[in-house]
Amino acid sequence: MFLGVPGKIIEIYNKDDLLMGKIDFGGVFREVCLSYTPEAKIGDYALIHVGFTLNLISEEEAKETLSLLEQISSLDNKKP
Amino acid sequence: MEFFQEFRNLRLVKTLVDEINRITTKPWVIMEICGGQTHAIMQYGIDQLLPPRIELVHGPGCPVCVTSLELIDKSHAIAAQPGVIFASFGDMLRVPGSKNDLFSLRASGSDVRVVYSPLDAVKIAQENPDKQVVFFAIGFETTAPANAMCVLLAKSLNLNNFSLLVSHVRVPPAIDVILSSPYNQVQGILAAGHVCTVMGYWEYLPLSQKYQSPIVVTGFEPLDILQGIYMTVRQLENNQSIVENAYGRVVTQNGNRSAQAVINQVFQTCDRKWRGIGLIENSGWRLKPEFDYYDAEKRFSVEQISPEESTVCIAGLILQGLKKPLQCPAFGIQCTPEHPLGATMVSSEGACSAYYRYQRIDNY
Repeated sequence: MFLGVPGKIIEIYNKDDLLMGKIDFGGVFREVCLSYTPEAKIGDYALIHVGFTLNLISEEEAKETLSLLEQISSLDNKKP
Repeated sequence: MEFFQEFRNLRLVKTLVDEINRITTKPWVIMEICGGQTHAIMQYGIDQLLPPRIELVHGPGCPVCVTSLELIDKSHAIAAQPGVIFASFGDMLRVPGSKNDLFSLRASGSDVRVVYSPLDAVKIAQENPDKQVVFFAIGFETTAPANAMCVLLAKSLNLNNFSLLVSHVRVPPAIDVILSSPYNQVQGILAAGHVCTVMGYWEYLPLSQKYQSPIVVTGFEPLDILQGIYMTVRQLENNQSIVENAYGRVVTQNGNRSAQAVINQVFQTCDRKWRGIGLIENSGWRLKPEFDYYDAEKRFSVEQISPEESTVCIAGLILQGLKKPLQCPAFGIQCTPEHPLGATMVSSEGACSAYYRYQRIDNY
């Protein structure tokens, strides 16, 4: 309940002067407030907590982390 | 990329576990701050994958667990009043107060409603102008931007029937208390990734220096947690104590500035009682005086309620990492999720609930 969950922004609109959006949580859809991520675009992934986006998720950073772990993995495989 | 399956990759999990094993030469005690991380560790069995010399202890990062008995009793006093709709996150309903819980109040006729977001509580207030709608605004820094925004929204909508019972807490003062305790065993800290999403991690730099303790901002998927542990152990083994970020896809050093600006507009720091731990200076947020109108404690005159804690439950020691759930004689016997003695057995982020749910009886 209190966790932040990643979801994909599929709609952006204004309501009661708030920037709102519709989020796809892997097939479950919910309206959330996008006010804290005004730079959000349709198709972006965001971290959502109690109906608000807290930040967009950086695909670039995610790939960098995974590639770092892949490097450790390949080093590991070369060990005798 | 969907940002969770990729971070549950079994091959990379094995790699990281091997790496942690390879670099560990001494015993280390590491605390994960967030209850969400505690649950992920138990759910995925991460503690059982680690070398036995690495001990994970569980931190106070469960907002439901640390909300003081005083505020729980105040919530009950407000919810029991006629003409009130009391809205809360679901986990709070079963938390025991001095006499009962919100579920039993609802059963006896009070209008207690579970909401997913504080925005839902604002909507309830719009739809019920003849009722007073009170939202139980609990949470750490992660939840504060949502609750702060709802105060501004209620103001802009001229809602005069909406108020908050505020129980906000902040992580850095709690880390200070834990690391300064004469009984402290914790040598490294996994900081809560989503708290840092909002606040950044600049606040942790002085704590890391003061206590010579590595602090690594850590996420919630198995690879995130293992990477956080790996970076912490690497620092401990190299006698380093700096702040590192193992959750770069979401967290930046400065955090979300616009969220911080709204928090600072609506809230100010205050001393706050933590359930089972006691008063921690500057560890909370309360509404600023210009938003007093939205303060449910003032609106319903419950400021004087001040009960005493039960002595049976050891949740306070668990929340400080001084004891583990299985060291409690009541665990699983008098205290279960159905009949909890303390909030750590209730919450989806509570350590006792994680141990109970994932059946860690083998740790006896």
